[in-house]
Amino acid sequence: MHEYSIVCSLLERVGAEARARNATAVHRLTVRIGAAAGVEPALLSKAYEHFRAGTICAGAELRVECVAERWACPVCGRTLERGGILSCEGCGMPARLMSGDEIILERIEMEVP
Amino acid sequence: MCQDCGCGDPQIVPVEVHERLLSNNDRVARHNREHFAAHDVLAINLMGSPGSGKTAILEAAARALVSHRRLGAVSGDLATDRDAERLRAAGIPAATITTGSACHLDAEMVHHALSGFALDSLDIFVIENVGNLVCPAIYDLGQALNIVALSVKYPVMFRNAQAVLITKIDLLPHLGGVSLQMFNDSLARVMPEPRAFPVSARTGEGIDRWLEWLETSRPRV
Repeated sequence: MHEYSIVCSLLERVGAEARARNATAVHRLTVRIGAAAGVEPALLSKAYEHFRAGTICAGAELRVECVAERWACPVCGRTLERGGILSCEGCGMPARLMSGDEIILERIEMEVP
Repeated sequence: MCQDCGCGDPQIVPVEVHERLLSNNDRVARHNREHFAAHDVLAINLMGSPGSGKTAILEAAARALVSHRRLGAVSGDLATDRDAERLRAAGIPAATITTGSACHLDAEMVHHALSGFALDSLDIFVIENVGNLVCPAIYDLGQALNIVALSVKYPVMFRNAQAVLITKIDLLPHLGGVSLQMFNDSLARVMPEPRAFPVSARTGEGIDRWLEWLETSRPRV
């Protein structure tokens, strides 16, 4: 359940941004989570529900945007099937994860005086 | 303040952040990595399930390296100092990072533990992660290498079993250096009458053989 520690990082970061702008409330958070990031969006939301109480995010919706897992050859750019062998059929190079490992705080919508 | 009509209502502003949520961890990990590099120390993040033999591997490595490489280690443990004790007994300067209920180590924990080590006197530093195959995967600790230990340990479990299912064998072609012979060899060391069925639930391979054996094992009336 490392989702709990990710939520703690999230609340800390949002708290710092809100203080820096003297925000009075936060309305919505947007995070992007990759399919191969090792973070379960459902568990993340559950952990968020649990921990937001008593913070500036108490009334803030958490929006989780999921990013697909995408592999490609770093040399010729050929894309590879997810779940297949992760080396390029053309040039034999080990594939590189192009997207899908994101754990990113994208946007905070906050109320400022 | 609302700029449009002067009504005095607070306004909602979007703040674009676009930063990794674990950026604090990443920053400390970078710091650890620089620290290891500055002292010419190879740092390893050793991961694996509980009982996969991480500590034993380090003990064996310490024996094998005794005259030419100096090993140091920290062990992540929920509550006890047992692994670090074993490592110290094997001649490895070792400390425990007590994680409580946390399921992984993070860079800050490692950084804190590092203050107790004289890195100048070490060649290889092993961070023995918490036994868990999920959570440790996403935390950078500043290591140069991630190593995963996999085994058929748990001797009592195997000793008391009539058969072992070696699962997911459809993955074998993708795992260089992993062979069924290796598993059978390890099994024979913990199971007096080793009986293993390599199976793949995905392709169905080996399932028939296992079911046939089940039939022969039915109690006879």
